[in-house]
Amino acid sequence: MSGNDLATFQALLDADERVEPRDAMPEGYRKTLVRQIAQHAHSEIIGMQPEGNWITRAPSLRRKAILMAKVQDEAGHGLYLYAAAETLGVDRSELLDLLHSGRQKYSSIFNYPSQTWADIGAIGWLVDGAAIVNQVPLCRCSYGPYARAMVRVCKEESFHQRQGFEILHTLSHGTPAQHEMAQDAVNRWWWPSLMMFGPSDSGEAARGGHTAQSMAWGIKRFSNDELRQRFVDMTVPQAEALGLTLPDPDLRWNEERGSYDFGEIDFTELFEVIKGNGPCNKERLAHRVKAHEDGAWVREAAAAYAEKQAGRVEEGAA
Amino acid sequence: MSPEPMGDLTAAGGHGAVPTEGVPTSTPAPPAAGDRREWPLFEVFVRSRRGLSHTHVGSLHAPDAAMALRNARDVYTRRQEGVSLWVVPAAAITASSPDEKDAFFDPAADKIYRHPTFYDIPEGVEHL
Repeated sequence: MSGNDLATFQALLDADERVEPRDAMPEGYRKTLVRQIAQHAHSEIIGMQPEGNWITRAPSLRRKAILMAKVQDEAGHGLYLYAAAETLGVDRSELLDLLHSGRQKYSSIFNYPSQTWADIGAIGWLVDGAAIVNQVPLCRCSYGPYARAMVRVCKEESFHQRQGFEILHTLSHGTPAQHEMAQDAVNRWWWPSLMMFGPSDSGEAARGGHTAQSMAWGIKRFSNDELRQRFVDMTVPQAEALGLTLPDPDLRWNEERGSYDFGEIDFTELFEVIKGNGPCNKERLAHRVKAHEDGAWVREAAAAYAEKQAGRVEEGAA
Repeated sequence: MSPEPMGDLTAAGGHGAVPTEGVPTSTPAPPAAGDRREWPLFEVFVRSRRGLSHTHVGSLHAPDAAMALRNARDVYTRRQEGVSLWVVPAAAITASSPDEKDAFFDPAADKIYRHPTFYDIPEGVEHL
């Protein structure tokens, strides 16, 4: 990359303009985006599994239709993101290979099982709620195609969070057993949701590493800690409205900061899950690979049909 | 609690913390151009309502144009975002190059007399 190109790239960032696919960009910027967008896309499609698991057991036709629409949205989000990644010169099939062989990862939150129907509520409310807090700033990401994909994703996510909240609200105000089921799901999903924001990266940790570089490039707009705090502050009053408690004895309003204080997060668990030792790592990936392999004949048949049709058109034209 | 540091992680992956170190961004032997396993790429344009132009909304892969149209409906108009769809093979698009941006768009830069605001109009003249 010439000095001239680098200056043009930096000028775009300085003016808070968007970088578009055919602009010259530093290789590190391109690779960071490929890695991030690809793993984001993988998270969307793996994220279909914990919820897809409950479609056949949804408690009513209304809930079933809603859940199917939500899982379909996740597939769509994956597609927007793979398309955005492809504008950086990678092939979707390559990215899927990297996912299937375990060399690229997806969010570890999807390696937890969805044990009861209330988990579908907790996933929508907490997991999608945390995802929204992460994703809204990405709508202003410096890379145009990623930012545009995120605008579409964020519009659709808000329905996801509300349907989760509604499930929990209904359960929480139902029979004592239903209330207990809702509370149990929140107890299990709260800490993993806080870990979704990643390890602490403010103060000492902010100086080196990924966050600083990503912020300089306009890919990341806020630190993991800022986003986590924002999530806690918006979620605590919602929990009160649900009539459920969050499983953290240290959670309390801090008048001075104008924010909620919360307990220390045990990241040992997050690292174990990322290393592959979570409850569902193997199952999720195996299911994904099987779905891909089982669909091979459909892809081949469609390609063969298209080829045959194209041949006919040529014959007709001759 | 201070766990073993485990490379760099970020929440930037949207749905939560993903590793940023030791993650490859391409396969050891990326498919050569012309040897792509993927179906062709189509660009998708949606007319959101009558009276408006079709606007680019994204892209997708499909074996042929008919399937591209069906898939575009499912991917880009799940919430009644459109009344009409175009799919265009991405390979059929000819684009201006960002490298020659200045030279290419230069002829318009010094012709400010093409804008109505260029002209001096006496005070009080209306409907002009």
